[in-house]
Amino acid sequence: MVFTDFLFYVLATILLVSASRVITARNPVQAALFLVLSFFTASGIWLLLQAEFLAIVLVLVYVGAVMVLFLFVVMMLDINIDKLREGFWSYLPLAGTIGGLMAIEMAMILGNKYFAAAPNVSRPAAYSDTAAIGHVMYTEYLLPFELASVVLLVAIVAAIALTLREKRESKSMNPSQQVIVKKADRLRMVKMRSESEVLPNDQADKGDAA
Amino acid sequence: MDTINTDLFISMPEITMLSMAMFILIIDLFLNKNNRMIIYGLAQMTLFAAAYLVLSLNAFAIDVAYNGMFISDPISDVLKLATLIGASIMLVYTRHYMQLRQMFSGEYYALFLFAIVGMMVMISGYNLITIYVGLELLSLCVYALVALDRDNARATEAAMKYFVLGALASGMLLYGMSMIYGVTGSLDIGTIAERLKDAFEQNPDFIHNPVLILGLVFIVSGLAFKFGAVPFHMWVPDVYQGSPTAITMLIGSIPKFAGFAMALRLLVFGLAYLVGDWQDMLLVMAVMSIAIGNITAIAQTNLKRMLAYSTISHIGFLLLGLMSGSLNGFASSMFYVSAYVLMSLAGFGMILLLSRKGHEAEQLDDLKGLNKRSPWTAFLMLITMFSMAGVPPTVGFYAKFTVLQAALHVGFIWVVVFAVLMAAIGAFYYLRVIKLMYFDEPVDTALIDAPLDMKMILSLNALALLVVGLMPQGLLELCGVAIATSLPHLL
Amino acid sequence: MEWLSQLFGSYWQNVQMVGWTLVKIIAIVGPLMIAVAYLTYAERKVIGYMQVRIGPNRVGFWGLLQPVADGLKLLFKEIIIPTASNKGLFLLGPVLTIAPAFAAWAVIPFDGTMVLANIDAGLLYVLAMTSIAVYGVIIAGWASNSKYAFLGSLRSAAQIVSYEIAMGFSLVGVLMCANSLNLGNIVLGQEGGFWHWYFIPLFPLFIVYFISAVAETNRAPFDVAEGESEIVAGFHVEYSGMAFAVFFLAEYANIWLVCTLAALMFMGGWLSPLPFLPDSILWLFAKMAFLVFFFLWFRATFPRYRYDQIMRLGWKVFIPITIVWIVFVGAMMQTKFDYLFH
Repeated sequence: MVFTDFLFYVLATILLVSASRVITARNPVQAALFLVLSFFTASGIWLLLQAEFLAIVLVLVYVGAVMVLFLFVVMMLDINIDKLREGFWSYLPLAGTIGGLMAIEMAMILGNKYFAAAPNVSRPAAYSDTAAIGHVMYTEYLLPFELASVVLLVAIVAAIALTLREKRESKSMNPSQQVIVKKADRLRMVKMRSESEVLPNDQADKGDAA
Repeated sequence: MDTINTDLFISMPEITMLSMAMFILIIDLFLNKNNRMIIYGLAQMTLFAAAYLVLSLNAFAIDVAYNGMFISDPISDVLKLATLIGASIMLVYTRHYMQLRQMFSGEYYALFLFAIVGMMVMISGYNLITIYVGLELLSLCVYALVALDRDNARATEAAMKYFVLGALASGMLLYGMSMIYGVTGSLDIGTIAERLKDAFEQNPDFIHNPVLILGLVFIVSGLAFKFGAVPFHMWVPDVYQGSPTAITMLIGSIPKFAGFAMALRLLVFGLAYLVGDWQDMLLVMAVMSIAIGNITAIAQTNLKRMLAYSTISHIGFLLLGLMSGSLNGFASSMFYVSAYVLMSLAGFGMILLLSRKGHEAEQLDDLKGLNKRSPWTAFLMLITMFSMAGVPPTVGFYAKFTVLQAALHVGFIWVVVFAVLMAAIGAFYYLRVIKLMYFDEPVDTALIDAPLDMKMILSLNALALLVVGLMPQGLLELCGVAIATSLPHLL
Repeated sequence: MEWLSQLFGSYWQNVQMVGWTLVKIIAIVGPLMIAVAYLTYAERKVIGYMQVRIGPNRVGFWGLLQPVADGLKLLFKEIIIPTASNKGLFLLGPVLTIAPAFAAWAVIPFDGTMVLANIDAGLLYVLAMTSIAVYGVIIAGWASNSKYAFLGSLRSAAQIVSYEIAMGFSLVGVLMCANSLNLGNIVLGQEGGFWHWYFIPLFPLFIVYFISAVAETNRAPFDVAEGESEIVAGFHVEYSGMAFAVFFLAEYANIWLVCTLAALMFMGGWLSPLPFLPDSILWLFAKMAFLVFFFLWFRATFPRYRYDQIMRLGWKVFIPITIVWIVFVGAMMQTKFDYLFH
């Protein structure tokens, strides 16, 4: 056994355990954290395959951004764990069957002559995974890549169109205006005659009249 | 540099649409509410410009661009043109409706145009990735548009259902694609077809490869989900009913062109060697769709729900044409989908015409005594309903006729008999609408208020159902030629 | 040695490699810990002088042993675990905070040859590691089962996620100029005197990066996550003793990290500013120290940003600036002024 094989088995074990803990953890926050762990170990396995770009992007995007927002939501929601887990055991046979079927299907594909395990390609020392992906992305797969960016644009537009409410009732401040404010904008010098002493009753009467 | 220029040239209609959609997004920022008509005008202009480009740039030639990711062939030209015309008509119908419901916004037009781009990409996609991305672009826009009426709980619910089920369908499609990729080792539809051909010639048993069949099952399920064919039709009635009518029209009409193209590219261009397998699958779905669509529609009291079930049955007929697996069948299917879109535009246009602020005119009862309120509107609705039912002089009849003929040619006699029987049952609920319009007293006596352009286009649209029904040769020939020139290897 | 190699047999090389790597790790983390400890001392001194005070001056000569005394004090304090907290996660929080802060150093080149792991996608690796750091904060805040801690962790997480985007985008400019993701190559791309350093053509990105770095590390004026006047001490309000010290260490280790990155990517790393002077790791230390000084200066100068202002600055100012500048750089690279950007 080579050292990398040993690493693979360690990572694979952690991945499987954490992935199964995602669905069995009682606490949704813990489940989400186990999902993070499984992403992390999956990226480790990718690193072993020398797919460093994919590995790092998995951590950067899924662990660093997507799952953070996920955790946000899970933490904010007051989820009743027991209610969620209701019927877990009664659904298990069906879910297990479907999962098993999928596993069998995967096995069938992996056994196919067109999709056997790829031979170990030895790459030149100067080979850069990132550069290679970048190259195909902007040549061969240019169209889908650009279209995917349009899909993201649509997602942004849709999210804003669905959530942005115009005419908020709350009063808001404009920081740039706050910053550039000058003395003259806020302070007004008023020339007044120095006050002469007036009887209190007299003043009250005047105020009423005004 | 030269190849990229050719690529840009071939995809010019899409590029124009995209740039204009983004331009509209930006322009919308600087317009105040009363000037939104500018946006409407820009959107219409964009559609016309794209249609012009489709026609003028190498129309009816077969060009492949972006390393085989994108194809421009007669089928795509015809379908794109039809999509753009349909979209333009739709914009005319929906303008007033959206204005009255505070949804006349720049986002609506931008998302609408993005959705059309998605359809065009699906029509032209010649690679599994391109097709999938196009489909997602379309779906994402439509999910958002369904929910655009934010304070409407029903619309939000419909959007949620549509989103969840649509995502499931996309997942299935993707899973199927991954299996096909696993077997053939390619994402390119042309290469997939070649690899299957080679493998088949070496070993005829190859097409029974379980992974291949499984992939096909997933792809067909995904397609059926997007089409709304039985047994994947459960989302259709709820989404049709819940969405604002303008958006229902968008879901229920022109995307079927894109769906048809996608089915054609995946099943016929790519997996033609598995015809024996997908024929059976489509047959079962077609028969069930026709039966369940027509029978369930009878029980509906909501016009949009009824049209949803009617769509399901129409999809059944469309699949019947595809199922026959012959050039003739594909052409008849293409004719059917064009006729269907024309009919559904008219049908939903009519609901939009009758609706007004605070009133959706989506119940069957709202149509009662329409003849007394507006004889011309009632007459147009009569044509539409006749056409949907497939009554002779209309295009609906001719469409059903050609599809059944194609099915008959390949020997599905009992299926044809069954379909005719079901169409006759289906005629009941269409005729009930006519009975309500002509023989009942009006419940709703409000004046029909709609802009002149909408009335005119709607009249033309409904009359077209009659005219094309009387003279179907032109459209039929167009479909036939498009299919025959795009699929020469099947001749 | 002989018997060791016999003991492990064919694995001897692997064991040797692991052992050697461990030695290197210690060689990086050890000085780093000392640097962190003395950064706390420097901070108190610098801010003290800025406020016309003397700062710590009791323990040792000029107070130089102050960090040691602080460390000892925290070491002997009890770690209090709140009864209703999630114990496992409560203790995991500090670990997850400090682990990425150290792990990111694996790819940092100190000079042309001195680097633990010279990987191609080094820049991405650093970004990935800094993006993980947010988990420590979130978990700590949530596991404490305290409202203040939770509020602090939410604030901090939203802030870190937001500024990560601006930070990532500003690094995109660097990798466009350097044509590489390898930190060593990025430095070598700036060879030939300070006028070749990337902070000149990428000045807006440099500024955005540096300010985002301040926000990423939750330092003043972006320290709403701690916000002692509003939410006591934010996400680590429930922590005491060594558990608290770990958060403290992580914060200062992160300061060193982001400053080192800034020095590597915008200021030529270990390269000397003038071509006739020799390149040396000392230059890198000088640049790091120079940048770290700004962190202290900011803390002494600026009042805390309000939360909505932080979000506004990140999303509506920095991200547009970076995008515009990336497009500008990309466009300029197609012109004859290309040489300015390499």
